[in-house]
Amino acid sequence: MIKVLFFAHLRDEAGQESVEVEAAGKSIAELKQELASAYGIQKLDAVMAAVNEEFADDDEVIKEGDTVAFIPPVSGG
Amino acid sequence: MNFEISKEPINIQAVIDKVVQREAGAITTFIGTVRELTHGKKTLYLIYEAYESMAVRKLEQIGQEIEEKWPGSMVAISHRVGKLDITDVAVVIAVSTPHRADAYEANRYAIERIKEIVPIWKKEHWEDGQEWIGNQKETVAYPTGKPEEADLND
Repeated sequence: MIKVLFFAHLRDEAGQESVEVEAAGKSIAELKQELASAYGIQKLDAVMAAVNEEFADDDEVIKEGDTVAFIPPVSGG
Repeated sequence: MNFEISKEPINIQAVIDKVVQREAGAITTFIGTVRELTHGKKTLYLIYEAYESMAVRKLEQIGQEIEEKWPGSMVAISHRVGKLDITDVAVVIAVSTPHRADAYEANRYAIERIKEIVPIWKKEHWEDGQEWIGNQKETVAYPTGKPEEADLND
């Protein structure tokens, strides 16, 4: 299992802040597709991902136990 | 702990004190506050949310970038989360350097980088609704929804 974190508008859309899914061996892009349809999230493919707290590209392969966070464009400061 | 996400009001002097050093000839302090009007629209209050563990790591990264670009500098950054009212302090950045020009430049660099790579989001609450704000720089910085490659690792 891996842990998936949603923030800001993505959490509102998904209706929860974290979920656990089977995703080891899949790419970030594949995970995005699955979650977008499972939770009805719009435009998830255009959102940045982080794996274990570092930004990751769409082709990064997920490992068992990873934490994947979806990072909408940030607005701190 | 020069880099932190704070649920409590930020003690500005405490952030400044973290960068005091005998080698410094200047300390610049940036205080980001909650503005009431944005393009004529009236904000009632904001909610800031962070992916806290990653946000701290990214603030630390910004500190390292500054120390590499401006040798001899010291950096401290505190960013608030939770509900903030108009005029409340959202972020405090203190930078000390041997010479003043560097202290100004490095401090400006820090706030611009926060707006690029630190996972913090604000939700604006207006009289007629609310919305999560994205791409606050209002540039094309995230044409594909992500920071440029160079922004991530350099």
